[in-house]
Amino acid sequence: MAVAGTLGPRLDRERFQWSSLLMLAPGSVLLLVLFLGPVLYALYIGFTNLALVGSRSRDYSFTGLENVTRMLGDYVFIKSSWLTILFVVGSAIVGQSVLGMLLAILLRNAVVPIRAVVGSVVIVAWVLPEITVALIWYAFSQAGGTLSILLGHTSSNYLVLVPMLIVSLANLWRNVAFSMLVFSAGLRNLPSEVLEAAEVEGASVFRRYRLVILPLLRPTIVTNLLLVTILNLSEFTLIYAMTQGGPGIETTTLPIYVYQEAFVFHQLGYGTAISLVLVLIGAFFSLLFVRASRSQV
Amino acid sequence: MSAVQARPLTGEKLIVVPYRKVSASAVATNVVLILLGCFFLLPMLWMVFASIDSNPDWAIKIPSPTIANFTDVLGRADALSSFRSSLILAGTTTVVTTVLALLSAYPLSRMHIPFKRSFMLLILFASGLPVSMLVVPVYQMYVYLGWLDSLYTTALFLAASSLPFAIWLMKNFIDAVPVELEHAAAIDGASTFRILREVVLPLTVPGIAVTAIYTFINAWGAFIIPFVLTYSPDNQPGPVEIYNFMGSHGLFKFGDLAVFSLLFSVPVIVLYLFMSRYFSGAFNFGGAVK
Repeated sequence: MAVAGTLGPRLDRERFQWSSLLMLAPGSVLLLVLFLGPVLYALYIGFTNLALVGSRSRDYSFTGLENVTRMLGDYVFIKSSWLTILFVVGSAIVGQSVLGMLLAILLRNAVVPIRAVVGSVVIVAWVLPEITVALIWYAFSQAGGTLSILLGHTSSNYLVLVPMLIVSLANLWRNVAFSMLVFSAGLRNLPSEVLEAAEVEGASVFRRYRLVILPLLRPTIVTNLLLVTILNLSEFTLIYAMTQGGPGIETTTLPIYVYQEAFVFHQLGYGTAISLVLVLIGAFFSLLFVRASRSQV
Repeated sequence: MSAVQARPLTGEKLIVVPYRKVSASAVATNVVLILLGCFFLLPMLWMVFASIDSNPDWAIKIPSPTIANFTDVLGRADALSSFRSSLILAGTTTVVTTVLALLSAYPLSRMHIPFKRSFMLLILFASGLPVSMLVVPVYQMYVYLGWLDSLYTTALFLAASSLPFAIWLMKNFIDAVPVELEHAAAIDGASTFRILREVVLPLTVPGIAVTAIYTFINAWGAFIIPFVLTYSPDNQPGPVEIYNFMGSHGLFKFGDLAVFSLLFSVPVIVLYLFMSRYFSGAFNFGGAVK
């Protein structure tokens, strides 16, 4: 150590270079101003009675926990939270993951032309812009639309009859490719020796999946579930373009309620408070995701 | 059971092997897949058929072919202006995000920076936050800054929200480029920026392309942020325009709507195909299709 002091800094270890800060600066500035800035600003106006128009748009004040107590007594907020859970659990966690896994397994065992065509169609559904998916599913579920003809009730508008089911299906339709691709990659990377051993031992297909393949895929499944939850929690475009949250408030999930409170009912403060709830839930799942993938950093 | 056991082992990829007999489970697998494929294809086909049908309806039907819908849409000033807006919005977002992600990812991949690992974890955490929900405080910020109703300032917020994931993606690509080449350039006396420009940049082209295409596809489809932050008709990008058309019952014909959303969807599908064809190794997505 004393020797190192007389010889100057160690050369066998990388040293800090000021140029690295210079390169990090532009990105950091953008993130500080337009990422961290809005988060901190939301933490402030979420606790005020700021309005979009009228006297409260200029002369607003800090109202403490008033927005929180308002939420707890707000029937629409409670219903909206319930719909959000239904949407994320039903469409994303269960629907998207189960169908994604099913597709990945089936595609693996299908003949090549069918695999190529079906795989591509599912991926195109995922790559299409959300607004396009909203339009084609709107058309699909209208009275006189393809779905009503398939089900034999041409006068039924399924977007009015079962709105939550239709937007969940549309969302599942669009996003399932993500889980399918994640699981396909996971299945491809399984150690073939283990699978061969199970097959040689005479395990049935069902037992092989239940006792060997699914346990081996556990990390992939956990990652998929966390990502799918994070991605679907703030889903706005698809639902809003199809129903605007209606009929009534039947499809008003929290992201749509945030928009309506802020820009339809002009309650910027209360709307921000609700968006903070969403950001907090998102932060919780994001934290779980960071924990799960920490070894890769 | 026995039919399954008779099948060859397929560890890596499915290899086509002539079956001695067609097993029931193989038939079931393919039939179920065809049915699932129809579930995905039918809603899409409506858009394609309606776009060339002279009298389209909500239901999918054999079209009586016409190109009138296409000439209609291409003659509409509002449709063309929304394409222009989308190009400006998605283009600006992509350039800002990709350049900043490259500049940030390089030192994070190569240089010694205190708390680097914590910083990367923070970036990963940030990329999981539902940023689009912060559009309300951002709206209020933009009111104060006088930034509302500009495609460029709107693109800045889109860039900020896509930057964390872009940095993450780009860093993984740069990590994969061998560091020895840079050491050699450094020993020859090249400056950091020169190494970045002449050594790293050419080797990172696939990573830059994937990051740029990914960002562009997302920005091209972005809805709530331009929906809230812009208001003049000239500044409405494609998704907002399609939404407005959907709401204006009767004013916009089915066929035109189908053409418009078809034309709006083509660029991202082409970009995705390009990305998966040339850079499939980067994402490992190809195997699911091919």
